[in-house]
Order: sequence, then structure tokens, then C-alpha cells
Amino acid sequence: MMSFMKGRVLVVDDDTALAEMLGIVLRGEGFEPSFVADGDKALAAFREAKPDLVLLDLMLPGRDGIEVCRLIRAESGVPIVMLTAKSDTVDVVVGLESGADDYIVKPFKPKELVARIRARLRRSEEPAPEQLAIGDLVIDVAGHSVKRDGQSIALTPLEFDLLVALARKPWQVFTREVLLEQVWGYRHAADTRLVNVHVQRLRSKVEKDPERPEIVVTVRGVGYKAGPS
Amino acid sequence: MSRDSAAAAPGRTGARPERPVGRKKAGSRWGRFLEGGLLQGGVQGSPVLRLVLRWVRRPLLPVMRLWRRNIQLKVVVTTLLMSLGVVLLLGFVVIGQVRNGLLDAKVKASQSQATGGFAAAKQNADEAAAGTADDGAAGDEHAEQNVIQWMSDLVTSLSSGGQGAFEVVTLPASAGGDTGGRGPRASGRVIPTDSVPEDLRERIDSNTGVFQSYTRIVYHPTAHKDPQPALVIGKQVNDPNNNPYQLYYLFPLTQEEKSLSLVKGTLATAGLFVVVLLGAIAWLVVRQVVTPVRMAAGIAERLSAGRLQERMKVTGEDDIARLGEAFNKMAQNLQLKIQQLEDLSRMQRRFVSDVSHELRTPLTTVRMAADVIHEAREDFDPVTARSAELLADQLDRFESLLADLLEISRFDAGAAALEAEPIDLREVVRRVVSGAEPLAERKGTQIRVVGDQQPIVAEADARRVERVLRNLVVNAVEHGEGKDVVVKLASAGGAVAVAVRDYGVGLKPGEATRVFSRFWRADPARARTTGGTGLGLSIALEDARLHGGWLQAWGEPGGGSQFRLTLPRTADEPLRGSPIPLEPKDSRRNRGLNDAGLPSGGGEKVATVPAQTSGDQVSVMPTRDPIPSRHGGAVPKADPTALPGNGARVVPRPASGARRQEDIAGPPGAEERSSEEAGQDGESSKHGEASRGR
Repeated sequence: MMSFMKGRVLVVDDDTALAEMLGIVLRGEGFEPSFVADGDKALAAFREAKPDLVLLDLMLPGRDGIEVCRLIRAESGVPIVMLTAKSDTVDVVVGLESGADDYIVKPFKPKELVARIRARLRRSEEPAPEQLAIGDLVIDVAGHSVKRDGQSIALTPLEFDLLVALARKPWQVFTREVLLEQVWGYRHAADTRLVNVHVQRLRSKVEKDPERPEIVVTVRGVGYKAGPS
Repeated sequence: MSRDSAAAAPGRTGARPERPVGRKKAGSRWGRFLEGGLLQGGVQGSPVLRLVLRWVRRPLLPVMRLWRRNIQLKVVVTTLLMSLGVVLLLGFVVIGQVRNGLLDAKVKASQSQATGGFAAAKQNADEAAAGTADDGAAGDEHAEQNVIQWMSDLVTSLSSGGQGAFEVVTLPASAGGDTGGRGPRASGRVIPTDSVPEDLRERIDSNTGVFQSYTRIVYHPTAHKDPQPALVIGKQVNDPNNNPYQLYYLFPLTQEEKSLSLVKGTLATAGLFVVVLLGAIAWLVVRQVVTPVRMAAGIAERLSAGRLQERMKVTGEDDIARLGEAFNKMAQNLQLKIQQLEDLSRMQRRFVSDVSHELRTPLTTVRMAADVIHEAREDFDPVTARSAELLADQLDRFESLLADLLEISRFDAGAAALEAEPIDLREVVRRVVSGAEPLAERKGTQIRVVGDQQPIVAEADARRVERVLRNLVVNAVEHGEGKDVVVKLASAGGAVAVAVRDYGVGLKPGEATRVFSRFWRADPARARTTGGTGLGLSIALEDARLHGGWLQAWGEPGGGSQFRLTLPRTADEPLRGSPIPLEPKDSRRNRGLNDAGLPSGGGEKVATVPAQTSGDQVSVMPTRDPIPSRHGGAVPKADPTALPGNGARVVPRPASGARRQEDIAGPPGAEERSSEEAGQDGESSKHGEASRGR
């Protein structure tokens, strides 16, 4: 089923050889890649291509990857996967904070890359109609909308998935590892900074007071859980 | 002294009620006790004595410490003591001089006065004798009466010239025997017998000359006068009846004493002032020198703590200022040099890191291309297909090398951070062993885990510990020549340990330390079957150090090796020992075998592990053969002792001295091994030092 799934992928990378190779691999997996090599032109290319996913190199000429990420995120919730050579620097955290959903460290294997892309695109499968409540929020899973007092709150697909995962089992405390597996699709232990950063981003959108969260509650030393509705 | 303070608390409570007894007992020894080193602490004697001493010394300890540490106090106290000595000496000399001067004058005046008096008494007696002779025979009775009266008159008349400047006393000559009723007489209510010293009387009795002595005048209670120091001059003279009697002149020295005490008081006051002022001066002078020295010491401490921008304040051009300038210059140069070295090392680290990162983008492309080619290799001719495989394999190796290089550069940069949390080492071991199973199967090796009955929990970084153990287990399997690999776990005291034992080629003497060197290879000529990077054990060692733990190796040629990871149970707790001995119980030496694997000495120990030839003859024996026999024999026998398992004890490293002794009677080649052992011990303690230092 997965292998037949089509997806448009925008590759933002200045290294032409790598971009071309990415194109070969992505086409081989049935994706439709488009390319842009310059950070300044990335936004225009994004608007033109309307991709389902963006592969973004952090180090770009012109506007750097972080800035591009922020601009894209400002007008779209489309999944963004960063390509980075440095996994242990602040770049990763800054990238995640500026809106990237996931990152992948060079050098990666083609299969790994495809798995990451698929994990981000998987949620576009048809979900069953489902209504969830968390705190004073009402979530329409099929309609992909979150409302507070009838007011719609805009979330990226990843943030929406995170919220739904917590809301489906409000009695359960989710460790970061479990969330990584359920929301990001990681099989093995991965970077828990992903969870921390995205919980912060989610809170800044859904909490009345992000300093005192009521929707996504931290359970010290364990992880997160949904707040009481 | 530390011994004292450690034992004092329980001892003191018990000793309190006994203390008076102790004092009494100690009384005779008290002098020796003080001499014998109250402060040296070298007292031997009864325990009570020692307790008392300890009790006395205890409050002195802070004072002694202050004395040792404070040069200002030392100089001031020394100055005070020395100036006190000088002043006292001076005082005694001056007072002696003054007293002699005063007394000399007094004695001369008194002597002339007394001489005059004695002459007058003699003349008086002669006149009286002439008078009685003129009277004729007035009868003895009358004469006696006369003499008594005469004597009273004499005393009155003699003393009347003195006006309190002297008193006159007459005493009967005891030598004469016949007192004739002539009792002692004295002027000024002086008690005659008490005021004239006995020895003077005796001398006057036996001689006719003039004698003098010092005494105290004792007055009759009705006089209401205190006894006074005095000079007494006496002579034996005759009364009108020509009977001898003693006549004394007593010159009170009140005036002289007053003058002397005035001089004494003045001197004492002056001396006190001098001492105090000298002390103050010493304090001031020393302060001038000590203050900059203290400042320098403080700044040197701050410099050594890493605050390189600290400098001394320099004023003036004196020696102290020169010290300050030199100090500042030193600090300046130090800072410059350190800065240069830091820059250099930062540049180098940055270069390594940049190179690693820059390589990644092209490597990613190559990697993907290789994978695409590898996927399609079935369509190629055999040569190209094999090339594609080699390409993909070597890219894996290249990648892991790059990752290791980056990891090492991270350690070198001090950028490695420990994310410690309580973990159960059994979980980690299980993951590692299951990860190594495929390789072990290929090699025909069985990995056994022992000591995992109870949780082995320690505060550690699971990712790093897993990396270390994976490295050790994979190495053991690779070099184990298809024989068993045993992973032991144990915990005791504040430490947990995992030891990985293999029965492969082992390590040659001296290799136990070198295995941790970067890019070190056991045998450069040996073919590498799997693509290790040569950095694995270096990274493992750094990981262990980051935990404050030890990673140590033991091995004997042909007898296999054991790598032991010891971690403190809680982070930041220094390690003192390891629950697992570094040399396994089933090592050749412990089984009493020599290098060739033959029993040495009495030979009653059965070589249950099959004889293994040393490294270069390995091919003689089929490798799979030994496994079943070992299962039946040695391992179960050796394990319970090597493995504390439940409530283990910390096994101290055997002292190398003891080992040596063992080796003297040992097999040939033991010399070599013992030197290796010694080197190993040195290294392990070095690791310990290094990890403690952190």
C-alpha cells in the first residue's frame, strides 16, 4: 500500500550532486521531486511546487535553512525534514524550534531517508471520523481541526498528531520514547529533543498560558500526559 | 594527630569521670609529661594519661594551626618574647645596681654610727665603773641594781640620738652564762630576741669584733608597726661591772626599700611599654611585607583556578613592588601561553570537526549512489557486482570511522556530556549480547551471561555504557577464536562491574595498556575480518572516564583476555575497587599452569581447560574442539569463585609484591609475565587517578 503512495517532495539543497542523487532515490521510490538550490528562491519554489513534504538542508547559500524553515512554516503546516551534518549542535534544536518536524543526519542510507519521509506522509491516509476532547479543546480527527469555544486553532500535521496521540489515551502517561515511536515513527530510541521542542511549540499554540500548561502536562521524570478535560 | 581525633569521640566520654584519678596518678610524672612532648604528641604511658593529654591538647590544636599558618603571628609573638627577655634581663641588672648603690651608702653610714655608739657605750661603762669605784663598796646588790638601771639608761641615751633612724638593742652575752638579771632591752618597742638573727648572736658571742647582718625588725604588738627590713650591727661590750653583753644597732631600711620599689615600678612600667610597643612595631612592619605576599598568594590561587586575568596591584618601586611586577609579568606570559595553546588546540579540534562534517555531504551522495548500485547488482556481471558489494561494505566502514573520529574529537574538545540516570546494567548487557548474536553465530561462539540474578543498578549513561559493552563483546567474539565468551556482572560496595572474558589469542605482555591507544592494532600483519575503526577501545576508555569509572584489560598470550568495566554506583562517587578481580580465576597462573598449558609444580591441579598453544601455533588445534569439554569442566568450577553474585565483596587487587613471590617458584617465563602485570597495575592505578581527578 505504502509503495504506491505518491508524494511531491521539494528538495532544498545547494549541493547539486547530492540533490541529483536524492532525486534519483526519491523517483525510484515513487515520489515526485522538485529542486531548489538557493535559500532566497526556496519560498517561491515552495509556493509554485505545493509539495507534500520539504527536504531542507540546514546550510544554504543566501537565506540559511533555519530562516527558510521559518518562512515556510509561517504559511504552511507541510512536513519539513531537515538534513544536517551536525547532530549534536544547537543547529538541530534551532531548526526544530523554527518549525521542522524531523531531522536526518548525514550520511544517511537511502532506506532511512525514505522511511523518514514515509513516516511524515503516512498520516495523509484516510482517518476514521472521531471526536476527542482534551482540556477545553475539541478535536475533530477526520476534519483535522482543533477548536476552543468554536474558535479554530491552526496546528501543523505533526502537532495535530501529537495532540491526538495524547488525547486518545488521557489516562496514560507517554514517555518521550513512546511518543517518538507513535508520532514520529522511530523504532529505536532517537533524539528526545524532538519531543521536547514540539511539545513546546504545541503548547505555545493550544495553551492559554504556556508557562502553566493545562492541556499537555509534564509528568516529571516520566514524560507527558493529556490534561483533565 | 589524625589518629587522635578519629578515636577521641568515644574515648572522651568514657574518660570523663576518671579524669581526677588520672591527674593524681599523673602527678609524679607531670614534669616529664610536659617535657616529654605535650605538643610533640610523643607520650607513652597509661591510657588515662594519654586521654588527659589528648584533652589538654585538643583546645591547643586550632592555636597551633594558626601558629603554623600565620607568619605575622609568629613574628609578633617571637618579637614579644625576645623583647620581654631583654627587658627582664635589663631590669634585673639595673635593679641590682641600684640596690647595691643604695645599700652601700646606708651600710657605710650605719657602720660609722654604730662604731660611734659602741665607743660611747664603752666610755659610758668606764665612767660608770669609775663612779661605782668612787662610791666604794656599795655592795654587790646595789651594784647589780645599778647596772640594770645603767643599761636601761644606756639604751635610752644611745637611741635618743637616732630619732627613729635606728634602734638599739642589748642582749646578755649567752657565753657568760650568768645573765645576772640583765634581760634584753630594746628601744622603740622592738622585740629584741626576734629581731636579732641567731647566727649573728653566736658570732658575736665567739668573737669580739663588729659584725653585721640583714634582718627584719619585729615590733611589739602595741607599737602597731609591721616588721621592717633592717641592717643590724652588733658588738660585744662590757658593762660597768666588766661583764660582757651584746649591743646591737638596728638600722631600718624602709627608705631604701621604698626607693628600690619605686625604681622597680618605673622599670616594670617602662619595660611593659617597650615590649608592647615593640610588638606593635613588629606587627606593623610584618604587615607591610605580609600583606603583599598574602595578596600574591590569593591571586596565585585565583590564577591557578583559571582566572588568568587576575593581576597584583603595584604601587611604588620597592622590593614588594618588584615582586608584584615580576608576578604580573609571569601571569601575563602564562596567560599568553595558555591562550596560544588553547587557540591552537581549539583550531585543531575545529579542524577535525570541520573535516568530519565537510566529508559528510559528499559521503552522503556516495553512500546513496553506492546503495543504488548495490541494489541493482544482480543485473551486473560478477566482477562489477562484487565491486558494488565491496563499495557498499567499505562505505559502512568509512562511515563508522568518520563517526568515531567525530566522537573522539568531541571527547578531546571536552564537549562530551554525561546524561546519567539509574539504569539496570543487565538490560544493557542483554541488548548488547542479542546485538552480537549474529556475529557470534558466524564465529561459532557462544556468549554466556553470568551474575544477572539480581538487578545491577548504577547511575550511568545508557547509550555510552552500551557502546562500551558492545565494543568489548564484539572484540571478544572477534578475537575469541570461536571459543566461549563470558560476560560477568557484579556489584559490591559503591561500584558495579562488567567483565568480558574470552579464551582466544589473548594479549602479549605490555599489550594490556596499549589496546586503548588510538588506531592500535594487535598484530598489523593479521588479516582483519571485520572492519573495526581502531578507535573503539579509545572511545570506550573515554566513556568510562566520563563516568568516573575504569576500563582495564588483562590478558595472557594464548590464554585469552578479560576486559573489565567498573563504574561507580552513583555518579561523582570515587571508585575504590572493583567487584570483579581483573585477572580471572581461571587464568593460567591461578590454575597453576605454565605458558605451555602444562601443570607445574605438584601437578595435582587438573588442567580442565584444554591446553592452548601460544599465539603462533594456534592452527595446530581444531578450534571447535575445546568447547564441549570446557562446558563439562573448568567453567562451572571456576565461576562461583570468580563471581560474587549475591552480596559480593570488593576484591582488592593483589599486591604485585605477593605475586612476585609466587613467581619465584613459578614456571619459566613468569618473569616476563610479572613485569607485564606490574605495568598493568601501574596503568590501572593511573586510570583510577585520572578518573578521580575529574
